[in-house]
Amino acid sequence: MNPSYRIERWTTASRISVWVFALLFLAACFLSQSGNDSLLSRGVVLFVYVLLAATWNALAGFAGLMSVGQQAFFGLGAYFAIRLSDSGVPVFAAMGLSAIIVAALSWPMSIVMLRLKDGEFAIGMWVLASLCHLLVNLDPLIQGETGISLIALNAYDPETRRVILFTFALVSTTAVLGFLFFLLQSRFGTALQAIRDNDEAAGSLGVNVLKAKRLIFVFAAFGGAIAGALWLGANISFQPKTYFGVQWSAYMIFMVLVGGIGTFEGAILGAIVFFIIETFFAAFGVWYLIGLGTAAIVFSLVFPQGIWGTVVRKWNLHLLPIGRRLSISNEK
Amino acid sequence: MVDRNIGGGGDTTAPILTAHDLGKSFGALAALSEVNLDVAAGEAIGIVGPNGAGKSTLLACLSGAYKPTFGTIWFDGQEVTATDAPGMCRAGLVRTHQVPKPFSGLSTFENVYIGASFGENISNDEAYDRTVDALRLCDMLHLANRRAETLGLLDRKRLEVARAVATKPKVILLDEVGGGLTDAEADALVDIIRNIRARGTSIIWIEHIVHVLLQVAERLICMDAGKIIADGIPDAVMSDAAVVEAYMGHGVE
Repeated sequence: MNPSYRIERWTTASRISVWVFALLFLAACFLSQSGNDSLLSRGVVLFVYVLLAATWNALAGFAGLMSVGQQAFFGLGAYFAIRLSDSGVPVFAAMGLSAIIVAALSWPMSIVMLRLKDGEFAIGMWVLASLCHLLVNLDPLIQGETGISLIALNAYDPETRRVILFTFALVSTTAVLGFLFFLLQSRFGTALQAIRDNDEAAGSLGVNVLKAKRLIFVFAAFGGAIAGALWLGANISFQPKTYFGVQWSAYMIFMVLVGGIGTFEGAILGAIVFFIIETFFAAFGVWYLIGLGTAAIVFSLVFPQGIWGTVVRKWNLHLLPIGRRLSISNEK
Repeated sequence: MVDRNIGGGGDTTAPILTAHDLGKSFGALAALSEVNLDVAAGEAIGIVGPNGAGKSTLLACLSGAYKPTFGTIWFDGQEVTATDAPGMCRAGLVRTHQVPKPFSGLSTFENVYIGASFGENISNDEAYDRTVDALRLCDMLHLANRRAETLGLLDRKRLEVARAVATKPKVILLDEVGGGLTDAEADALVDIIRNIRARGTSIIWIEHIVHVLLQVAERLICMDAGKIIADGIPDAVMSDAAVVEAYMGHGVE
């Protein structure tokens, strides 16, 4: 009955880009063996930014859940890594385990938070982050705002530590991005975007809206926690204020808006842009922050779709396609 | 003139959808009260009534979008009063929205694909088949790869219908899908809805334009102030004193 049709998902450009990504991954693996210290530690920073941008984009750009409280999971990820390491878990295992614990904790949190809508959710998440901050301060191990260091890392000499941390960051970022891409390519990913555009209509077409939102919420919490644990590994010291600060959400929003909200490629691009700006201008202190704010304003005025959103509209280029195109061969 | 024989056999079988003493209140406002309704499999029912009569509230209750304050709903042999909208859709009852709610960031194809792949547990290939089928039925294949936000009103309304059809419903609730259309557009829509019905789907259709409605519906319900004030053969309903009264003393046509 149906004429022959095809669903196109992959294009030549996207096949090439997957190979490019694979090559980049291999290059990064070799890089980790080269042992250039500053390169490796900057690499970890970049991976943290990519993780934060990609998970915030998954939440806001794909599921429509704007949050300004993702620092809750960033901070908890670092906190549990310290807590576990202090109770004798090997330090890198503690970092991975920490993210799993935070993801498990985010499940009950989602029951409360996902009842909130739009702006309420955004601000509610901020409140949640502040609450987590206060609770962490109650742990005597942390010594309030004085903080503590991840002393267990001293067991490794600096060079080995950097190589392990870089490899850990590389693998976890690749895994998180890979999982997200797989998720967004599935029918579940299409449903997430439907929820973002109109959750009532999605529900009336059989989509279990709450379950879908919850899954992406937990996923974003996991990604945030991994990023927090990596940041701790790179900086060693844990001061609650710096980890639970709202500036992390501001950075995530900046990266995603500049890169292109709701596009898989955009979040990664935004993280790279942010990384470059930070690398060259962070030394300027207050002026750096002013510049960052100005850049955000300029981008939202000139490229409201972000860099990648503009590329998509102009050239219809998709490096990592998550859409479905219908192509009909013998009709009309 | 009016197609009345198609659903004729449905009367003898058990109704596919039953609402008993249904009511919905928002605070002190009773938007819907004492609604009793039986829908036979394959039947096509039109609902008319002045603005604020509770027509859309009735659809929202039947489709699980609102939880009724009073009464019970039975669908396909199950009590479904407390079932939510996704659950009703999977059970085989789907609605369209009066104000179209497209997934604006997705393509037309992907919009319909959502209905096809979540209305029932089916494989991806089957979902694609259903999507293409629903798009063809609604004459939207040529728009498949357009982003939904670029569609005009007529196409947005047809998209509502196509998405609903893709869920393979036993009962489809249409909320003013013909509003604001030209005569030619309305005729095309009537053809689409007749085709949906020909597949054995029961239709409940709210519309202000009665002559369009009656090209499909063999039974007419008139609502006013949250209640059903007339229910039966269209001619009888349209000349009913309470119906004439509801329209402020003017004849409807």
